[in-house]
Amino acid sequence: MSALELRGVSKVYGDGPTEVHALRNVDLSVEAGMLVAVMGPSGSGKSTLLTIAGSLEVPTSGEVLVDGVPVANMSRNDRARLRRRSIGYVFQDFNLLAGLTSVENVALPLELDGVTAKKARVAGMHALEELGIGDRASHFPDELSGGERQRVAIARAVVGDRHLLLADEPSGALDSVNAEAVIRLVRAACQRGVAGVIVTHDAQLASWADRVVFLRDGRIVDQTMPPPGPESLLSPGATS
Amino acid sequence: MSVRHALLALLSEGPKYGLQLRQEFEARTGEVWPLNVGQVYTTLRRLERDGLVESDDDGTEEGPQRGFHITPEGEAELATWLRTPPDMTSPPRDELVIKVLVALALPGVDVRDVVQVHRRYVVELMQQWTRLKEDAPEHDVGFLLVVDAELFRLDSVIRWLDAADGRLARLAADAKDAPEPAPAPSLSPRLRRRVGMRR
Ligand SMILES: Nc1ncnc2c1ncn2[C@@H]1O[C@H](COP(=O)(O)OP(=O)(O)OP(=O)(O)O)[C@@H](O)[C@H]1O
Ligand SMILES: [Mg+2]
Repeated sequence: MSALELRGVSKVYGDGPTEVHALRNVDLSVEAGMLVAVMGPSGSGKSTLLTIAGSLEVPTSGEVLVDGVPVANMSRNDRARLRRRSIGYVFQDFNLLAGLTSVENVALPLELDGVTAKKARVAGMHALEELGIGDRASHFPDELSGGERQRVAIARAVVGDRHLLLADEPSGALDSVNAEAVIRLVRAACQRGVAGVIVTHDAQLASWADRVVFLRDGRIVDQTMPPPGPESLLSPGATS
Repeated sequence: MSVRHALLALLSEGPKYGLQLRQEFEARTGEVWPLNVGQVYTTLRRLERDGLVESDDDGTEEGPQRGFHITPEGEAELATWLRTPPDMTSPPRDELVIKVLVALALPGVDVRDVVQVHRRYVVELMQQWTRLKEDAPEHDVGFLLVVDAELFRLDSVIRWLDAADGRLARLAADAKDAPEPAPAPSLSPRLRRRVGMRR
């Protein structure tokens, strides 16, 4: 059973002459412990795919299953709990709460979930430190640089016991060293059994994924094959 | 990669034997550039001839036991080489560019599909390099830098493919709107030569 499955998902925004087919009949499944990257040009439907996978939006047709359960069959409450407890979501524009400090932003989902404030704070600090911004823990979002804000958003998405990590351009505001720290954290989450989907323009970031899926005009047009062992790169004559 | 300067660099750390030089060269480049013993000795003999290294003994002993040290001229040569930018003015004949240009000129070939085939292949290669990077110990800086260089090179190929794809998509959209057929793409002879196209 897949941690996340999209079956024949389509999404149409608007109607009549302004109608936009953002997704067309998309099938995608992500096993626990796997990281999938979605690449595609601007407007190809990447963010739409992610918001539907995270049940932040409903598809026009098709269905989404999380741990084998169709999201459409869940009650409002169950869906809200799924989003809060099981899904870590990194928005393209970060979506941090302006009135909370970095560490409070990170700890919030844990607290909402019943973890004590103290424990949540410790977990939050730990995630921030791993991303090299422990010293920004008591800053508010408007006191952070773009790249720092992005890392807070990542930290918030990976803390706690998530099943599914969905990240929209998680390295957009980062230099390559920090982008690597972020993706290593995502990989570590996947190694603990989290299923991950990252949306990105950045091929270096995408190349950390087990599978890369290519979107064009709302359709999956191609995907990478499981890579052969890296030894093949080191055989004599492979590089010249 | 200049084996000559790599050997000078290793010798600038202190005197070394031929065999040792080969082992250290491979270790520093993360074993991505294998080097055979013959290459090492040929290069050392040339360096000696040019006065950039000297043999530690009188030259009676050949082979792995012969030690070498760098001369002041060798140090100077190394310092100059490190700061001399490699020639990047004329692009190498880029086969990928040529394939995409040929696809553009052929009727009945979907260029964007051709672009996607190459994009996927390059991303798959990048996945393999990234796997190596992920498994490498953090202190193995030489190896990590070699892998990064390869990833950045491949990344620039992807960016070019993405840019090409974007241009082609826009061209297709314009062609749909405009009643006139878009003029056939053409390249000046000078540009053709620059990308290495033969007529
Ligand atoms: N709420 C909306 N209402 C109407 N159209 C929308 C809406 N959201 C997205 N779209 C359209 O759907 C298409 C896909 O948008 P989406 O945000 O998924 O693209 P994307 O691949 O994430 O692009 P980018 O790389 O620029 O972030 C676009 O044409 C966009 O204009
Ligand atoms: Mg987007």
